[in-house]
Amino acid sequence: MKALRDALAPLAALVILLALWETVARVFSFNPMVLPPPSTIGLEASRSAGSLLSGALSTGRSALVGFGLSTGVGVLAAIILSSSRVLERALYPYALFLQMVPIIAIAPVLVVWFGHGARAVAVSSFIVSVFPVIANTHTGMRSVDPALRDMFRLYGARRVATLWKLELPASLPHLFTGLRVASGLSVVGAIVGEWVAGVVEGDSGLGILVLVANRQGNTALVFAAVLAASALGLLLFGAVSLTGERMLRRWHPSASGS
Amino acid sequence: MRISGIRRTFSGGVSVLDGLDLDVAAGSFVALVGPSGCGKSTLLRMVAGLDRPDAGTLTFSPPLEHTPGARPPIAFVFQDAHLLPWRSVLDNVALPLELAGVPAPERHASAHALLQEVGLGDATSRYPAQLSGGMRMRVSLARALVTRPRLLLLDEPFAALDELTRNRLDDQLLALWKELGMTVLFVTHSLSEAAYLAERVVVLSRRPARVMLDRRLALPPERLPALRADPGFAREMGLLLQALEQGEAA
Ligand SMILES: Nc1ncnc2c1ncn2[C@@H]1O[C@H](COP(=O)(O)OP(=O)(O)OP(=O)(O)O)[C@@H](O)[C@H]1O
Ligand SMILES: [Mg+2]
Repeated sequence: MKALRDALAPLAALVILLALWETVARVFSFNPMVLPPPSTIGLEASRSAGSLLSGALSTGRSALVGFGLSTGVGVLAAIILSSSRVLERALYPYALFLQMVPIIAIAPVLVVWFGHGARAVAVSSFIVSVFPVIANTHTGMRSVDPALRDMFRLYGARRVATLWKLELPASLPHLFTGLRVASGLSVVGAIVGEWVAGVVEGDSGLGILVLVANRQGNTALVFAAVLAASALGLLLFGAVSLTGERMLRRWHPSASGS
Repeated sequence: MRISGIRRTFSGGVSVLDGLDLDVAAGSFVALVGPSGCGKSTLLRMVAGLDRPDAGTLTFSPPLEHTPGARPPIAFVFQDAHLLPWRSVLDNVALPLELAGVPAPERHASAHALLQEVGLGDATSRYPAQLSGGMRMRVSLARALVTRPRLLLLDEPFAALDELTRNRLDDQLLALWKELGMTVLFVTHSLSEAAYLAERVVVLSRRPARVMLDRRLALPPERLPALRADPGFAREMGLLLQALEQGEAA
């Protein structure tokens, strides 16, 4: 019931926006290649539902693999960075460097390394989405309550026990912040990856669909594919948020410090 | 426990302890009071082995060695409860035993027993966020005692609580001390709390801390709430206050 009420305002805004868009596009009778009205996009979407769906599946799979890699590698990297000050100083700049990599520029290299297809696309998705996971988890592990660290030390806890029973659980809220950001980025990374490394025949993703539709002058389909990609990102974001909420339900932030 | 000639200077040249001596008999309850910033927490941390003295020695007889796998002999209670918010009350209390490798049924039984003693027997499956400040502190106390430590260090443990809750926790602590017989070193800012709880009160001067007064209180061993209104209690408090003021001015 509450979810319905929460959804009401943005839904109303959407309806108004679409109506406005439709009116403007019709009244000024824009060339549909420049700005197709929502009704045209809707029609195009239902006509190309098949390729949109298979595109979304393909892109979704790559983004999911990229996101999974980001989660695993990101947490691992954060653990390594947090394990010693020396390692942190030595390696953090390179983690930062990873974020600065202009993915469009490096994507051709990914093709050289991984060939055309899903593998290179997933790696692109990973590169784009891993940094927020590293940075947030690292921050979380660094900001563990020092008194709790002392307590673990007093009780002779081993390094692994401190990691599993203190540092990782304590950084869960931070980790999920990173994962939420990464979820959206992983779809962006997959689309960009497809532009450079995607395959046109067979298993082609939404990024390819955008390219092809654009070349054909089918702007309505471009919009439809972009919307599908956004929906994909939103879906992943929602799943991550829900998981996070479930895992953190018991300890709201007011309790985490004491 | 014998502390002799202990010295600690922090980077920046802040000399906090400069040759402090203190003997604490096994099984006794000693309160430590002194001006803010005089080095009480620093001293407690060194006793716990969380910080190293620059000079001087700390000796325990019989020795308090922590052999891996055995129950750790020292416990520490901080000013705030510092519970793990993702763990239930029971699992929080059982944590020290878990870290020492005690099997689950045994550590849960110990945790249960202690929670019962601090009056939280029916809150074992709750989470820290669902508890009041006083309840959290009791969980923290139970966690410290679950290992049956030989030495219990408390650094202003109940300072953040209201007076009634604090008095109740003081009584609970006393009962647990009588029952378990560990040595207690209790840092507090409240002279009445020190006088009510301890057999012996040590008043420290301001930094670098020296012992201004080391007094075995002339009060009955049985501490009951009525004691707070006793003239003897007021006299002891007067003496402590005088020493504290001298230590602050020194
Ligand atoms: N890690 C540290 N590095 C530098 N200075 C420190 C450190 N820890 C404590 N100090 C300084 O040492 C002095 C004593 O600190 P300590 O915490 O032991 O005092 P305290 O007696 O416990 O005070 P309070 O009653 O306010 O808790 C303070 O001046 C503090 O600033
Ligand atoms: Mg202190």
